[in-house]
Amino acid sequence: MKKRKWNGYLIAGAIITTIIVVWILVGRFYTPYPPTKMSSARLQGPSLAHLFGTDKFGRDIFSRVMQGSGTTLMIAALTILIGAGIGTIVGSITGYFGGIADEVLMRFNDALTAFPSILLALVIISILGSGKHNVIIALGIVFIPSYARMMRTAFAAQREVNYITSARLMGASSARILMVHMLPNTIHVLLPALTIGFNNAVLAEASMSFLGIGVTPPDVSMGYMLSEAQGMFRSAPWYALSVGGVIALLVFGVSLIGEGIQRMNKEVD
Amino acid sequence: MTDIKSTLTSITGIGANPAAQAKAQDHLVLEVNHVSGGYHTPGLFGRGKYQQVLYDVDFNIRHGEIMGLVGESGTGKSTLARMILGMVKPEEGSIVHHTKRPQIIFQDPYSSLNPAYTVEWSLEEPLRVFGKYDEAERKRRVRDMLAKVELPEECLYARPSELSGGQRQRVSIAAALIRRPRFIIADEPVSALDVTIQAQILQLLRDLREELDLSYLFISHDLNVVYQLCDRVLVMKEGRIVEQGTVDEVYDHPKEEYTKQLLAAAQ
Repeated sequence: MKKRKWNGYLIAGAIITTIIVVWILVGRFYTPYPPTKMSSARLQGPSLAHLFGTDKFGRDIFSRVMQGSGTTLMIAALTILIGAGIGTIVGSITGYFGGIADEVLMRFNDALTAFPSILLALVIISILGSGKHNVIIALGIVFIPSYARMMRTAFAAQREVNYITSARLMGASSARILMVHMLPNTIHVLLPALTIGFNNAVLAEASMSFLGIGVTPPDVSMGYMLSEAQGMFRSAPWYALSVGGVIALLVFGVSLIGEGIQRMNKEVD
Repeated sequence: MTDIKSTLTSITGIGANPAAQAKAQDHLVLEVNHVSGGYHTPGLFGRGKYQQVLYDVDFNIRHGEIMGLVGESGTGKSTLARMILGMVKPEEGSIVHHTKRPQIIFQDPYSSLNPAYTVEWSLEEPLRVFGKYDEAERKRRVRDMLAKVELPEECLYARPSELSGGQRQRVSIAAALIRRPRFIIADEPVSALDVTIQAQILQLLRDLREELDLSYLFISHDLNVVYQLCDRVLVMKEGRIVEQGTVDEVYDHPKEEYTKQLLAAAQ
């Protein structure tokens, strides 16, 4: 077998993603201008003083995007943590044990899958109310079924493999078999799925906030800013372009990483 | 059959072990008493369809003995192995172990080691699960066992994918033996290996029997391999033991037509 080697996709993706994530993280502590500070310099195009221009209240868009992306990044990361975490637990149990638990959980899973994801998120939001935390919970739940199904396959595929039979014979507990013996062998399935899921979460948060069922002020997110930018698209097109551009770059970078991992796995096989 | 026997003995220099046969009368490690059973195909409700595989299987394995189990594929050899290991319950009859923790060595050395971990981890894991030894003692036992299966210490830090088939099978044997079981099921342990590697692994299994006081149930479809290694042999056909006896008895004077066919096919 060949050693795992970094490929162009992975390198390019890692560079783009790192730059944006670092930029966003810096935005948690420092922005060139306070993101909510209004000034008389309204609707200015991109310049050295305001890299992404200003909006109709004279706020610096660069600073706003820097801070707002942080909210989106955090929502996407936590969403994936919930979705992939619970999905992995459900998938491992159903995949390994099979039987009645499998039937019941997977039929419930099918029921969740049957809803369009935005509709499901909307239903949950209408129960919980909007706001940052509820968006995370809603999207997290929406993301569980796909991970559960995928991880179920990855775990079921190992159920009868000899090294698992050996682990059972040596008296390892089911929890140990699932988490220590099986989970590391599902990483090649899980990692690309995490990158795809992350992107979907970024886009889902953006669409929800754009529709007004996402984050609420004083939190700002990418989607919230997009809907704000829509109102001034004619007077300040650079607003929508810079928010959209950052979303696109982030999603592109993470996609490249996912693609890179998949190609790396293929090479190894 | 005498030709094969003499040729094999002259080539390999190994035949049935008379010392082990004498010692073998002492006591039993395994009793399989009139066992019948098979599989239930899983159904949503109830147990689903029943497929019987084994019919009235009855034999013993004595201390220090290598018992061969031969038969075509699909006759239930592996089902019997799973039943002895307690993974499938017999419908009728009983299986009595006189040793603790029976272990198995599988045919396919590629799937018997966890690809995510190093050899050291795979060898140490049974001891970790056992939970009676501290880390230093575990490491000592792992190195000790690695030497017994004649692998260099560098192998400890390799992943299974970096090892050859023969090396993997040695690691699998080490992993099966690390908790010092006294009875081992070897399910076609050399069938996936080159002929030269086969001979080495068979020799290793013989040496380990002496060194670690082991008894084996050696499953194979290769009658020549069974002749080289085993003391007694069971011949299985369609889930039934049709003939059993010492290797010499069965190979020189087969009573059953099926055994004669198998021996003829092996020649």
